[in-house]
Amino acid sequence: MPFPRLFPILLKTTLLLVLFNFAFILISGFPLGKLSLYNKIFPGRERFPFGENQRGYNLSLFNLDAMFAAHVLVGTPKTDDEYRVILIGDSSVWGTLLTPEQNLAGQLNSQNISACGKNVRAYNLGYPYISLLQELMILDEALKYQPDMIVWLTTLESFPKEKQFGAPLVANSPDRVKQLITNYQLPLDPNDPAINHPTTWDRTFIQQRKDLANLIRLQLYGVPWSATGIDQFYSATYERAQTDFDADESFYDIKQNKPLRDQLSLDILDAGLHATNIPIVLVNEPILVSNGKNSDIRYNFFYPRWAYDEYRVMLSEYTAQQNIPYLDLWDLVPMDEFTNSGVHLTPFGESLLAEQVGDAIKNICE
Amino acid sequence: MGLTQIFASILTASLVGVWMRGTPRILSLLALSVLAVFWFQPAVPLRSFDFWIPSLSILLVVLVWFITSNVGAWKSRHNLIGLAIIAGVVTLVGLTRYIFPDPVLTTSTPPRLILVIGFIFLAALAIITFTTLSRRLAITVSFAIILLLAILVILKSPYLSLQLSIFLRELTGRPTDTASALDFRWLGFSYISFRLIHVLRDKQTGRLPELSLPEFATYVVFFPSLSAGPIDRAERFASDLRKEFHLTQDETLLAGQRIVIGLFKKFVIADALALMALNDTLATQVRTTGWMWIVLYAYTFQIYFDFSGYTDIAIGIARLVGIKLPENFTSPYTKPNITQFWNSWHITLTQWIRSYFFNPFNRWIRGYKSIPAWTMLLLGQLATMFLIGLWHGITVNFILWGIWHGLGLFIQNRWSDFAKKRFNLANPRIQTVLHVGGILLTFHFTALGWVFFALSEPALSFHVLMKLFGIT
Repeated sequence: MPFPRLFPILLKTTLLLVLFNFAFILISGFPLGKLSLYNKIFPGRERFPFGENQRGYNLSLFNLDAMFAAHVLVGTPKTDDEYRVILIGDSSVWGTLLTPEQNLAGQLNSQNISACGKNVRAYNLGYPYISLLQELMILDEALKYQPDMIVWLTTLESFPKEKQFGAPLVANSPDRVKQLITNYQLPLDPNDPAINHPTTWDRTFIQQRKDLANLIRLQLYGVPWSATGIDQFYSATYERAQTDFDADESFYDIKQNKPLRDQLSLDILDAGLHATNIPIVLVNEPILVSNGKNSDIRYNFFYPRWAYDEYRVMLSEYTAQQNIPYLDLWDLVPMDEFTNSGVHLTPFGESLLAEQVGDAIKNICE
Repeated sequence: MGLTQIFASILTASLVGVWMRGTPRILSLLALSVLAVFWFQPAVPLRSFDFWIPSLSILLVVLVWFITSNVGAWKSRHNLIGLAIIAGVVTLVGLTRYIFPDPVLTTSTPPRLILVIGFIFLAALAIITFTTLSRRLAITVSFAIILLLAILVILKSPYLSLQLSIFLRELTGRPTDTASALDFRWLGFSYISFRLIHVLRDKQTGRLPELSLPEFATYVVFFPSLSAGPIDRAERFASDLRKEFHLTQDETLLAGQRIVIGLFKKFVIADALALMALNDTLATQVRTTGWMWIVLYAYTFQIYFDFSGYTDIAIGIARLVGIKLPENFTSPYTKPNITQFWNSWHITLTQWIRSYFFNPFNRWIRGYKSIPAWTMLLLGQLATMFLIGLWHGITVNFILWGIWHGLGLFIQNRWSDFAKKRFNLANPRIQTVLHVGGILLTFHFTALGWVFFALSEPALSFHVLMKLFGIT
């Protein structure tokens, strides 16, 4: 035995590690994500953490608690004269390739508008990846922070049934999904295989190490975020959104000869729109309307014309039936004012949208 | 060194420490160290250069040993075994091309065996020529020093590195438009060259003890200290090698403790600080003075924890095989003046420069009686720190960093003389004030110096300095 005293030390260390590893399961229900330096030491972020480029001082993590805890909304006490507007949506609301000042929330705030005799303050709760269930999950959490109004920007891409569990935030939040399905009586299967249901082993420290490291990394990025105000890597060059297409009329598994309403997750939208008594404005967000090759068949990379036209009719009829304030802004923005996707706008495109949304907010009490 | 390489080093060092005694221990350390030269070499975009660069390192080591060893020393059994091990490892690495479908010891597939054998043949020819010359012409040793310095200058100069890359790309028929100064990354050459120059200079001055080839080669490319030092002295290293050693439980615990501390410093603290530390991008993005200080502090601690962490790991691993590498850092940020800072920051580099440049320079300049003492001191300090700056890279910013510290050392020296006369230093209150004030001042002086070190352009550094003082 070359190391008579070394083995007890190694044994104790290993035992402690094993013990700690499994003891970690006991705190798996504790919302670690709520422990945050944002809004305490660092100013809250203007939008949810998202991205994988270190130069953007940001990262994607699929922990809604941590995402909210890092957001400025959570750290901003509501004053008597604040009219709190929460924007829900996808990457176009989050503001891909736009600074916090250039995206919809930033432009609305720079308008200094009033609604119901109060000063409007818009909060960006958009999040990249397109899924109505993800948006409902964010909306459900956002209601805890005293909104006066919700503006929900959406597009057809969020509606297909197979997309609902596809968003990583949804797939990695099994408990929340289960809760949403129960609370809103959604016709979804909480045990869908697309959802990651953690096993006991998955809840150990060893298996949770990457999530924990991400939580710590998010806190560390608080320094460069606070120092620079930058939360995204803004590439000077990017590939412009596609304007020429194949002659392809397909849209997921949607059949042209069946009613569109039955094939989409309108029930999730419906649940969200009836989740609260505060006003919710539904916006069909601008899309790129191409004039390129096969543009008579497709509007853009996402949508064949027939499906999108039917979707607009469906949404218009639904909002009218339900008496929900609705803005159909699908063709508001010219083709050149889109950036790298058929739903991502330039700052000018965003200002056109902000003008319309701003008017809707101003008029809400009238 | 990445984590995989560190853990592999710990494992192999432990096995050597436990199982090997006497000569087999030295020979296994030699084999492992030569192997590490290839394995640790990072990828380079020039084909097979991740094999040729380590091979050149090994060639230089053997060449310098032949030049500095006694006549006929290579014929001894021990040295012949050493030669066989070195040639064997190089050949073995070359042979992996035929054994494994993917590269295992190099980042890309090694060159064909015929080329490796050709290289060994040419290396032998170069060694014979140089050794023969060195026996007849004393200037050969100086030439070897100049050769090492020339390689160092090329590697440290972005312009010359780029030209070298373009030249090599043209030679190998590769596109030159993607050439970069970073193409020719030579792992550990800063340390290898300084160890070799130390040996060559000691040979010139007759202070070099006789070292066997295995001892010499292991000293120069010792795997724990290959990539980040410290720069040991050959005779001290050899005395550890020659000592009887077997890994005891106490040594294992001490080594383990040091390695764990090093891993924590490097991979937890330094890597976390790196996310917020001053760099070229942040330098232009930070909006306020307060945050600029914070990112500068982050860099100040990041560079310390990174470098001293690696040193701890190297010292710990070396301890597993019975080598007590010298300390490189002794709490530098707690020193009350800049002289003491430089006695505790990258100590082995400072000592090397002191031995082979500062002291000879001072002796030389003292010959000029007309030069006032303070001018001699200023010139000595500036020249020394200028050289330390250049060792890190031949760029304006490293030179400015060197000058900053050279001036700091000079001013501190003058202040120290002045304070001794002016203040009653026996008074404990004054002592405390001077000590605490000194620590704060030295820390901030060093931190401000990092503004030059961390950034690539002087304009960027001056912008940051102005921001730090609220001028922009």
